Amino acid sequence: MTAMTEGSTIDMTPVIDSVSSSTIVEKKYKMIAENVTVLYGGIPAVKNVSMKFPEKTVTALIGPSGCGKTTFLRCLNRMHDMTKNAKVEGKVMIDDIDLYSKDIDPIYHRRKVGMVFQKPNPFPTMSIHDNVTSGLRLNGVRDKKILDEIVEDSLKMAYLWDEVKHDLHKPALELSGGQQQRLCIARALAIQPEVLLMDEPASALDPIATQKIEETITELKKDYTIIIVTHNMQQAVRISDYTGFLYLGELIEFRETKKLFTDPKNELTAKYVQGRFG
Amino acid sequence: MSTVQQRRQQYRALFKQNVERRLLIDKIVRIIVFACVIMAIIPFGSILVEVFKNGAAAISIEFLTQIPGAAGTGEGGIGPAIQGTLIIIGLASLIGVPIGVLSGIFLSEYGDNTLARSVRFFNDVFMEFPSIVLGIFAFLVIVLVLGHFSVWAGAFALSLIMFPIVARTTEESLKMVPVSYREAGMALGLKKWIVTLRIVVSAAKSGMITGILLSISRIGGETAPLIMTILGSSQFFSNFDVPMDALPLRIWRLSLLPYDSAQLQGWGAALVLIIIILGINLAVRYFFMNKRRKYKLFGYAINGSR
Amino acid sequence: MTQRKIQSESKRKPLADKIFKIGATIAGVYVLAIIVLMVFQLFSESYPIWQESGFEFIVKTDWNAVEGRESFGVLPYIFGTLVTAALAMVIGVPLSIGIAMFVSDAPAKIGNPLGFVVELLAAVPSVIYGLWGLFVFRVYFRDWIEKPLNDAFGDSIWLFSGTPFGLDIITASVILAIMIIPTVSAVSREVMKAVPQQQKEAAYMLGATKWEMFKLAIFPYSKTGLIGASILGLGRAVGETMAVTMLIGNATGASAIPSSLFKPSQTMSSIIANEFVEASPASLHLPALIGVGLVLLLIAICINIVAHLLVTRMLKIKEGAINN
Repeated sequence: MTAMTEGSTIDMTPVIDSVSSSTIVEKKYKMIAENVTVLYGGIPAVKNVSMKFPEKTVTALIGPSGCGKTTFLRCLNRMHDMTKNAKVEGKVMIDDIDLYSKDIDPIYHRRKVGMVFQKPNPFPTMSIHDNVTSGLRLNGVRDKKILDEIVEDSLKMAYLWDEVKHDLHKPALELSGGQQQRLCIARALAIQPEVLLMDEPASALDPIATQKIEETITELKKDYTIIIVTHNMQQAVRISDYTGFLYLGELIEFRETKKLFTDPKNELTAKYVQGRFG
Repeated sequence: MSTVQQRRQQYRALFKQNVERRLLIDKIVRIIVFACVIMAIIPFGSILVEVFKNGAAAISIEFLTQIPGAAGTGEGGIGPAIQGTLIIIGLASLIGVPIGVLSGIFLSEYGDNTLARSVRFFNDVFMEFPSIVLGIFAFLVIVLVLGHFSVWAGAFALSLIMFPIVARTTEESLKMVPVSYREAGMALGLKKWIVTLRIVVSAAKSGMITGILLSISRIGGETAPLIMTILGSSQFFSNFDVPMDALPLRIWRLSLLPYDSAQLQGWGAALVLIIIILGINLAVRYFFMNKRRKYKLFGYAINGSR
Repeated sequence: MTQRKIQSESKRKPLADKIFKIGATIAGVYVLAIIVLMVFQLFSESYPIWQESGFEFIVKTDWNAVEGRESFGVLPYIFGTLVTAALAMVIGVPLSIGIAMFVSDAPAKIGNPLGFVVELLAAVPSVIYGLWGLFVFRVYFRDWIEKPLNDAFGDSIWLFSGTPFGLDIITASVILAIMIIPTVSAVSREVMKAVPQQQKEAAYMLGATKWEMFKLAIFPYSKTGLIGASILGLGRAVGETMAVTMLIGNATGASAIPSSLFKPSQTMSSIIANEFVEASPASLHLPALIGVGLVLLLIAICINIVAHLLVTRMLKIKEGAINN
């Protein structure tokens, strides 16, 4: 398939590195998306995208506005279930179980996938402590000692513990924007997921808060598979191992980050990373 | 296995296997909620069905045009009541609409001061006055003073229900007109009163008419304030200084009689009344609210004839 | 010279504008004048009863219009108004919130027509609710609910004692509940819809079921607004006249305080509707009824002010959360 731009034809066949490269012996995939298509009222926003996410890595999804990267991300934990006109086709496998199969209710498996949104969205009527435990209480954990333990654990992993440990019962809204976002990360971590989805988590934050979030992500990578949507290419370079470039709902190129940015195989990718359009 | 993974497994083990139970609870709630909806639809459906079914049997040309016969005979009709309702709505509007519109203009165009704020507040408070108390007030200032029940008193009482509603809806409609309209008018050198009336009010026409029509539908069904003002009558309208009949009053009086024929006439009158009122409401929603969904709020804030 | 001319021209407001502004202001102030006049008139025309009984008028349960033995007390009717309104809330508010939950979450194709039907319920005049209640609802309610309850529990539970005819406090309350549903559910629906999408998404992300999402994201956020909606319904129930008058059974005096749900009663608005036209202005009867009207007005105003404050507070919280 080709696309016409500026008088020249651009090859849009997806370029996907098979990740069995020489440096790694056997790569396990935490999540595999196969032929995912998303239709909003019949109009496709994501077209036939397939990706494999190796475990304990950070994958960045980049592309110009409206290219479908957020839409695709939301397929990975069935967030589109709550959108009225959306229809999702294809498979999303987590640990070899298809999230979209008719046999299972997504609630069982949403616990394995946590999500952090673009604008921090802690529950406004709850304290810091209660925000973190909100997912736990859904799962029937009631023991106060355990809850406090997990709160400390999650806040530490989100690099927020030291800043709030003295007053965990403060209302969540009294935190700054950056702190609220780290609180949302802690809230997602509290349900002990294995995959973290992040939708431009730092875009609403100032540079210092952004840096903190990026440090958090780099630390979390050791134990979690992270997929992050970002419009900031430098951020993708800083923190991700793999990068997928989407354009107009299609996956154009998916490779190791360094390779995609220094030596893009697809002309469209090259133009995007060079800042020729966005 | 790293410590994080160990801890993760440890904590995961604490999650109760409660997903089935949670899904079951969710399903039960869905059923309960749907049942609530059905329980609201049933009375509405029943009211419509009964009014149309029973009322249709009573309808005839005589019924719609003649004066009531002797009680219990089943003869005669509700002619005076229909006429009375139309007259009282018209007269009440003549009084209430201009006051309401001007008040709405005051609140919107001259409304940035303490006086306007208190007017707005008390306007809202006044809207919630029980309509029977408004009837008592009209009785005290008109019926007692003039010495007899009269149409003036009834129209005045209904106008008291109308004008706050019209004021509120007029204010909201005018506020939706962009400031640029007014600025353009001023820039052309037009006087403020002309700008307001010819430019701003013109632009806010839909919303204002919506509010006026909804308030008319509201007072059309009002009974309580009419009890001690126009009193009711078996004769057609003769002049404004004597009692008069109206549909809601006639329905009530008929319902108090122990005769089946009276009951039938009551249904008939109810049918006529409901056609008028639902007719106005449906027309308003169809013509005005489809195009501008902002006026949706007017509906439930206003309705509720007591 | 030209400068002075321009200055004086801009200071001179056109006469027409002045007249228009005065006219609009008079229209605006009209409501204030009416309120003042109304309270004054109600108080002065009911003065004879205050003069006669003083504060006791509010706590007495007599209701005797016979000349020479006149004695009036508004307490039974305060009781009737508050009890019918409270029962209407107990039945109507949960139903309304359930409806609001359904409509706010349903797809627009179902939600909008449904919400529209419920709002049309509000347009039906009270007297037609009364008519339907009297000739249709009462019969079924008496035979399918009141009689069985009376047979089964009449002797053991005082609430269900007495002989049910259908013209009693519970029938009036149930009809009242139906009448407040449109108001409460419509406002509740708006309040629930105002919850930002991100809150609901956060709940879903944690793996919540739809009901859990309501508990986590919607109810805490809209709690104050829902209470405000309920109190708006309470306000409406208190002011309601015709349907209640036609169904409550028209008891007077001390016997208007019902000894069971199946006994007749009377509200402040219904006693006025029933007796006002017959009351002789020469006696204390009419001033007593006007006094009832005054008490009713004051109670209605208080309830409405509370509702106002709650809804305004909820809007402030919402703005605060958004601005963060």
